[in-house]
Amino acid sequence: MTLTRERTVAAAPPAPGRRARRSPAAFPVHLAMLSWAVVTALPLLWAVVSSFKTDNEILNEPWSLPASPQLDNWSRAWTQASIGRYFLNSVIVVGGALLLTMLLGSLVAYALARYEFRGNRLIYYVFVAAMFFPVFLALVPLFFVVQQLGLLGTYPGLILVYAAYAVPFTVFFLHAFFRTLPGEVAEAAFMDGCSHSGVFFRVMLPMARPGLVAVGIFNFLGLWNQYLLPLVLNPDPDRYVLAQGLAALSVSQGYRSDWSGLFAGLTIAMLPVLVAYVAFQRHIRAGMTAGAVK
Amino acid sequence: MKHGRWRFLAGALVPALVLHAVFVLSPYAQAFYLSLTDWTGVAGEARFVGAGNYARLGGDSLFLDAVRNNAVMLVVVPLVTIGIGLFLASMMHLGGRGGRRAIAGSGAYQIVYFFPQLLSLVVIAVLWGFVYNPNNGLLNGALRSVGLDGLTRSWLASPSLALVAVMAVLVWSSVGFYVVLFSAAIDSIPRELFEAALLDGAGGWATFRTVTLPLVRESVQVAFVYLGIAALDAFAVVQVMTVGPGGPDGATEVIGLSLYRNAFQYGKFGYASAMGVALFFATLTLAVLALRSGRRERLELA
Repeated sequence: MTLTRERTVAAAPPAPGRRARRSPAAFPVHLAMLSWAVVTALPLLWAVVSSFKTDNEILNEPWSLPASPQLDNWSRAWTQASIGRYFLNSVIVVGGALLLTMLLGSLVAYALARYEFRGNRLIYYVFVAAMFFPVFLALVPLFFVVQQLGLLGTYPGLILVYAAYAVPFTVFFLHAFFRTLPGEVAEAAFMDGCSHSGVFFRVMLPMARPGLVAVGIFNFLGLWNQYLLPLVLNPDPDRYVLAQGLAALSVSQGYRSDWSGLFAGLTIAMLPVLVAYVAFQRHIRAGMTAGAVK
Repeated sequence: MKHGRWRFLAGALVPALVLHAVFVLSPYAQAFYLSLTDWTGVAGEARFVGAGNYARLGGDSLFLDAVRNNAVMLVVVPLVTIGIGLFLASMMHLGGRGGRRAIAGSGAYQIVYFFPQLLSLVVIAVLWGFVYNPNNGLLNGALRSVGLDGLTRSWLASPSLALVAVMAVLVWSSVGFYVVLFSAAIDSIPRELFEAALLDGAGGWATFRTVTLPLVRESVQVAFVYLGIAALDAFAVVQVMTVGPGGPDGATEVIGLSLYRNAFQYGKFGYASAMGVALFFATLTLAVLALRSGRRERLELA
C-alpha cells in the first residue's frame, strides 16, 4: 500500500511557479537546516580529509588541511591492514546472502500471497513473527547450531545465517506487494500452458520489480552493515567482513597509533556506500522509508 | 495442473522453511530452555536451575547498570531524535508558501541528512571515537579553536559524560532518516488543511500543533518503536567506541554487551540466555505498548 502511495507522490510533478522563493520565515529556517547539515557532514568530511594527512598532522592540527595528500595511507590500509581482504569477504558473503534472500523470500511471499491452501496463514505468521524477536535472544544457541553444522567461520555458514535472518522481512514486504499485482496476466500465461514456476519467474517476478528493488536495497544495506552475527559466528581473521575488520583494526591500531591508516580504512569503508547513495539516492530513501512504514 | 501446483508450492516453501527452522526458530526456542540451566558449553553438562539465573540477574550490579543505561537511552534517544526530526521536517515546509510547499533546497538537505543512516554502526562508532578523542579529536579541536579550552573533556572516559556521548552518536546517525520519513508524511497532508489554518490566522507553531502533529502521529509512533528497539540494542556503538568496552565504571554498559561478554568470554551460556529472554520481554512490552496506543483513534481524511 505504501509503495503505491510513494509512487503517486513521486509522480506528482511540482506545480510550476508555485515553488516558494521568498517568505519572511526563510532565513531562520535555512539557518536551522544548514546547521544540521553541517553537524551531519562535518565529521564525515573531517575523516576523509584526515585520511590524506600524516600522523603528525593528525595529532597536532586536527583542523588543518594536509600539506601534501598522503595517498600512501590508503594503500597501506588496503594491503597491510587487510581492508582489501575484508572488503572482498564482505562482497562474497553479502552477495551470496542477498541472492539467496531474494530468491527464497520472493518464492515464499509469492506462494503465500497467490495460492490458497491449508496452513497458509500459519506459515506466514511463522516467518513474520521472527521479525519481533531480538537477535540477541537467539545468539547463544545460534552459535552452537552453526558450530555443530561445522559452518563456524565459513562463507556458507555466514551466507545461510544472513539469509535466514533477512528472509522474514523480505516475505513480509513482498507478500503485500504480490497481493496488489493484477491476476489476469498470470491467468493468461496459465492458459498458454505455462507452468507454475514459469509463471513465477517469467511473469510475476518481472512485474514485481519495483518491490524487489526496494527490498533488495534495504536488504543489501542491512547485510553489508551487519556486525553482531559475524562477530559471533566468524572468528577467523582471514574471513572478517568489513565492519568486523574495521572494529578489530580500531582496537589494535589504537595501540600502534597508525592514525592515518585507520582514517584511510574508515574512508574506504564509507566510500562504496557513498557512491551507491549518490547514484541511487532517490530509490534508496524511498525503499528504506517504505520499509519502515510497512 | 493440480500435481504441478503442489510441486511448485513445496519447492517454493520448503527450502526457506528449513532454513528458518534451523537458524531462526530452533535457536529462539532453545534460548528459553537454556536460560533455565547453568550450561557452560560442555556437551551434556547442563543442569536445570529453574529461575536461578533470573534471580542472579537481580544481584548483578553490572547488569543492573546495563538495564539502567538502556532505560535512559530508551527514553532520551527517541525523544531527542523525533524532536529534531519533526522540527527539521516541519521547518522544511514552514519556509515555503502557505506553510505547505517544501522550501527550496529541501531535497539537497534531505540527501545530506540521510547519509549516516546508510553507514554501518561500526563505521559510525570508529568515526565518533575519533571525534571524541581528547587530544586530537574534532570536538575538542573545535572548542580550542574558538577559545573554549575550558570546555574540552575526555568525553568517553568520564563516567558522567560517556553515556551522553553515546546517545549523541545514536541521535546523530538516525535523525536524517526520520526527517525524510516525517517529511513524506507532511507531504501527504492535504494542502487545503494548511490553507485553512492560514486563513484562520494560525501561526507556525499553532499550525504545527493542530494540523501537522495529529496527522503525522502514525509516523511518529513507528519512529518510537524503531528508535526504542535501536536504543535497547546500542551494542555496536558501545562495543567499538567506549573504553572497556562498557565505559568507565560501567557507565555505558548495555544489556547486549553484558550478554555477549557472559556468553562468549566467560562461557556462561545459561546465564547469558536469561539476559536474552529479559531483553526479549523488554522489546515485546515496547512493541505492545506502542501498538495499543496506536489503536486509540485514527483520523479519517475525507
